[in-house]
Amino acid sequence: MISPSFFLAVGAVLFGIGAAGLLIRRNPLVMFMCIELMLNAVNLTFVAFANKLNDVGGQVVVFFVLVVAAAEVVVGLGIIVAIMRRRPGADADDLSLMKG
Amino acid sequence: MNHVLWLIPALPLAGFLALVVGGRVLGEPRSGWLATAAVGGSFAVVAATFIDMLSKDAEARTLHQTLFTWIPAGTFKVSMGFLADPLSITMCLFITGVGTLIHLYSIGYMHGDEKFPKFFTYLNLFVFSMLMLVLGDNLLLTFLGWEGVGACSYFLIAFWHTDPANASAGKKAFVTNRVGDWGFMVGTFLMWTAVGSINYLDIANAAHTGDIVGVTATALVVLFLVAATGKSAQIPLFVWLPDAMAGPTPVSALIHAATMVTSGIYLLVRLSPVLHVASPWALTLIAWVGAITALTAATIAISQTDIKKVLAYSTVSQLGFLFIAVGTGNYVAAIFHMVTHAFFKALMFLGSGSVILGMGHEQDMRRYGNLRKYMPITAGTFIIGWLAIAGVPPFSGFWSKDEILAGAWGQGTLSGKLLWAVALVTALLTAFYMSRQVFLTFFGPEKWRAAETHGDVHAEELAEGEAVEADAHAADHGHDDHGDDHHGSHLTPDHTPKESPWTMTLPLVALAGLAMVGGVINLPFTHSTKLLEQWLEPVIGTHELGVEGPNLIALAVVATLVAVGGIALAVLVYVRRMFDADKIELDVFAKGWYIDSSIAKFMGGPGRKAFDAITWFDKTIIDGAVNGVAGIISSSSGELSRTQTGRVRNYAIGIASGAIVVLVYVIVRMSS
Repeated sequence: MISPSFFLAVGAVLFGIGAAGLLIRRNPLVMFMCIELMLNAVNLTFVAFANKLNDVGGQVVVFFVLVVAAAEVVVGLGIIVAIMRRRPGADADDLSLMKG
Repeated sequence: MNHVLWLIPALPLAGFLALVVGGRVLGEPRSGWLATAAVGGSFAVVAATFIDMLSKDAEARTLHQTLFTWIPAGTFKVSMGFLADPLSITMCLFITGVGTLIHLYSIGYMHGDEKFPKFFTYLNLFVFSMLMLVLGDNLLLTFLGWEGVGACSYFLIAFWHTDPANASAGKKAFVTNRVGDWGFMVGTFLMWTAVGSINYLDIANAAHTGDIVGVTATALVVLFLVAATGKSAQIPLFVWLPDAMAGPTPVSALIHAATMVTSGIYLLVRLSPVLHVASPWALTLIAWVGAITALTAATIAISQTDIKKVLAYSTVSQLGFLFIAVGTGNYVAAIFHMVTHAFFKALMFLGSGSVILGMGHEQDMRRYGNLRKYMPITAGTFIIGWLAIAGVPPFSGFWSKDEILAGAWGQGTLSGKLLWAVALVTALLTAFYMSRQVFLTFFGPEKWRAAETHGDVHAEELAEGEAVEADAHAADHGHDDHGDDHHGSHLTPDHTPKESPWTMTLPLVALAGLAMVGGVINLPFTHSTKLLEQWLEPVIGTHELGVEGPNLIALAVVATLVAVGGIALAVLVYVRRMFDADKIELDVFAKGWYIDSSIAKFMGGPGRKAFDAITWFDKTIIDGAVNGVAGIISSSSGELSRTQTGRVRNYAIGIASGAIVVLVYVIVRMSS
């Protein structure tokens, strides 16, 4: 039996990697993958706590997160592909049309 | 009969709409006949309603018809409803009756005017507005009519608007009336706050049950007095009426004799339940406003040379009598004199119009004379009007004026006696200046024959150099079809006046008949002959004159002597030439006690400066505050918007640092 804190640790590490990647990298696609990584790190944490506290609510939340992530992927990837088609090689810092 | 009430205002409205659409197509004279028929039809409906009412008991004579709810706003509900009771039907009878005659007259008078159909369009709209004013069952509906007649009077006074003097006379009437409208509006607001309704029946109920306390009632009376002084041309708001003579003469007869100027009186009589509750000084105020106006206007009328200006000031003066009647609680006398005044003053205005037309648009009485030879019908009817307004028995004016005088005397207070004295002096002056007008116009030498007089008159005018005078002479400019004489008249020494067509003389004869026998509606002999008093009793209650028997007869004898004295005085001055007329026709009278020019001077000088100061305050302080706040927000948000770089990584770092801060905070809290 692996202790729950191991899963939490893995989740924290994954989240840290994702957050760091999101802040450091400029490629929109990579940033997008980092967000997915962070979401799944949170999912892992939820499941770990659900198991430990014997509360099914945590697992239910995971399903919601999965659904939201799927929807987000659909929209987000669509936007990224559209941008890449118009401006090949664009990175996140080039896109500042919405500035105040 | 209840169901046809709406027809009374609807017919003139239909006439108005038809003329708006098809007036040009109908042309002259058919558009005039259509308008006359519309008002005549309305008169028929009023007459039918009147007869129907007569057949009912006195208590059942209030008809109330609600067409629909006009403004439903929470507890504030205004319905499009008509209230026909003896008071409003009396008003409607003479509005539509005299109105029909004036419409008929206008067909003759406006003959040849290029804006003939438009004139009748306005006339019908005016009659519609006036009927709404009278028939409306609440203050707001009355206000609708009130503003309607105001707007129509503006259109009609400035009808020949190509002359700037006429246009500015129209504007003057409009602006002066706005001051009164302020009183009406604030009064309506206060009424709603105090009673919770602006329906006349609710107001009367609230006044009877004591829901309106004395202070509120007094404030209401003062506010509605302001409204009435505007519409009914009392001091200090009377200045518009003399200038309003710039309009075509039928307009003067319709608006400034029979209908619009009476609406202030109607309003006060309609609110008589509130007047009963108000403190006595408010009523005394009404009476004295009337008395001072009556006397002032009568003195001004003495020196006027324009035939219509004399009648205009005479109207102001007679309206003052009505205010005296209302102020002494003598509402029946007010309505009585209003009706008889509508007859004889409309008659005289129309008669003066006939004279003006016969004399080639000359309005200066000093160039008339001996017209009875050329215009027998006009002269005969005008003389009847003169005897009626002077108060010679048994003509209508005697009975109604005598009742006002008796009512003032019968108050028994010092104020009442003084009012009586002022009114008596005014009656003397009335008889005097009306006689002067008749003698100058219809008797004496034919003054226009002397060519050199023309030059003299002009020289005098130039010497006087008064804008008011100039306005009067410019009055009929636009109507001048062929002549380019800048004084509007084309009266030459070889001019032969001729009688007006039948469409003009028929109304004169009809009105002369009414002016002669109009007194029978309220003869003071016994209770049973006071028909008008009995008729109006369900609405305005009973009123004791306070004088009866021998005293009443004595007062009537005094009034008659005064009337005859005034006429005799005029005979001495203008026929026998025993006194120099210039000693009586003082300059201060001719200039209207300088009231008008003082107001103009004040408004042009200090008033203008005050308004400029207010404008400055509004622009710099009020607008400055508003714009300043907006400016601060705008510039600070401009600065703040720089933080929105549009770069997604900046936002990410923001979110990350925020998350770290929250995390640190939670850990610190948990560990402590």
